[in-house]
Amino acid sequence: MLVKRSPDLKYSDVTPRGIYLNRRNFLYGLGLASGLALAGKGLADLVSPPVRAYASTKLQGMSGSPFSTTEKITPEQVVTTYNNYYEFGTDKGDPAKNAQKFVTSPWMVSVEGECAKPRKFSMDEILKLAPLEERIYRHRCVEAWSIVVPWVGYSFSTIAKLVEPNSNAHYVAFESYFDKKQMPLWGRAGIDLPYVEGLRIDEAMHPLTLLGVGMYGETLPNQDGAPVRMVIPWKYGFKSVKSIVKIKFVKDQPPTTWNITNAHEYGFYSNVNPKVDHPRWSQAKEVRLPGFFKNTPTQMFNGYADQVASLYNGMDLKKNY
Amino acid sequence: MNSILTSKWTKALVFLICLVPLGVLIWEAFNGGLGSNPTQFLEHATGDWTLRFVAITLAVTPLRKLLRQPQLIRFRRMLGLFAFFYGCCHLSVYLTFDQVFDLHGIYADVLKRRYITVGFTGFVLMIPLALTSTAGWIRRIGGKRWSMLHRLIYLTAVAGVIHFWWLVKSDIHLPVEYATVMAILLGWRVYEHYSKPARPARAATPARKEQTSVVPD
Repeated sequence: MLVKRSPDLKYSDVTPRGIYLNRRNFLYGLGLASGLALAGKGLADLVSPPVRAYASTKLQGMSGSPFSTTEKITPEQVVTTYNNYYEFGTDKGDPAKNAQKFVTSPWMVSVEGECAKPRKFSMDEILKLAPLEERIYRHRCVEAWSIVVPWVGYSFSTIAKLVEPNSNAHYVAFESYFDKKQMPLWGRAGIDLPYVEGLRIDEAMHPLTLLGVGMYGETLPNQDGAPVRMVIPWKYGFKSVKSIVKIKFVKDQPPTTWNITNAHEYGFYSNVNPKVDHPRWSQAKEVRLPGFFKNTPTQMFNGYADQVASLYNGMDLKKNY
Repeated sequence: MNSILTSKWTKALVFLICLVPLGVLIWEAFNGGLGSNPTQFLEHATGDWTLRFVAITLAVTPLRKLLRQPQLIRFRRMLGLFAFFYGCCHLSVYLTFDQVFDLHGIYADVLKRRYITVGFTGFVLMIPLALTSTAGWIRRIGGKRWSMLHRLIYLTAVAGVIHFWWLVKSDIHLPVEYATVMAILLGWRVYEHYSKPARPARAATPARKEQTSVVPD
């Protein structure tokens, strides 16, 4: 496997804190309103910017990662206010509003199934299982938008090896937390809950596959999947299951939420693939948020082909979408 | 009431009110209010307003009859043109930001993706209505035929709702709301059509004079 080491990025290089306004983009936006007079800067200054509000803790002692991209990191404000987390509402802005009171402590993750030493892990244990790494990954949503996120965590294989999966463990099934009381909008989600996902064992054990506990140098915000989530950068975002409570090693391919919802549109593999369109839109291009134009070419396996293409040798990726 | 409805100032005021959604979008564009995915925000906002103005336009006739305010008809053309205007904005956002004028992509979308096909159809059907919205065209075509032609708005309403319904991933409560409103507005017309007294009796009623104005239902 060829892994190019990218220059070390410090956290301080990374995050433009607070409110982000891309002036070039907002000028593009004017194109829409051709013929209308400008509102005027004085007017613009009257409106106060939106405020981000969630409890988060700084994570200490992270190292960089050779897997990190050097692409421009997406402003944190974008990543924390634009979320697909249907348990908290289906509008992208809903989770940031509705997940604020979500209780993520205490938190236990059960790791079980086809393994020699099944056990439960507390969040404190998970945070100390391995040195935390910052990994700056591209994240491509099936809806044709993308972001670049500095995740914090370590390879999923670390926790997997601790429970010693046996030879029957062909797949890994993941389950998200679900509580109707804390997630009162669940009934509108239109998907079966709890949210379930799955990976083939070799995909799960691949070093790129991250068990994420933080982003932007802090613990995960609730709306981004606190306190612990998966990050599989070469697959569409919905594969990266949030707020994990159960990890189960299984023999057969496990059911996955979006595949249950609409098998015609969402397959088990869901690898990022510009050549296989979603039935309702092209996957050839993406819009890099918070930009306006959907003109960034989508890369095979989201740009991680060098690392992961060999996992799918001989597979028809049009069939196994 | 009638004097308010017939005042030219009222018409000017309604015109300005109809521009408020556009004004708000421009305001938000200048203030980072379009959120993390500005193009999607603009697509959704302009799409919503297109559907809303189609519904408002379709509400004029039921309202003027139920409230017995025939003068409300003065606003219908303007409201319909605003539906077309927001439809143009919606299409422009899609062409400019979503497709970035990629002709092949647009062609493929319109032909292959049924929600785009039906949405595009709904928009195209508004074009002849906008073009023939002037008094001159009503005269040229003749009131009765003009009225027939402008029933295309019913198809636009249905197409718009289907377009929205087919594009959502799983949560259909918003499309259902729009579908309900359109169903009521169109259902009222069906009801009116079948509950009318027999035609000869109607033609003999002089009180229905406003019905024969140049802007039939």
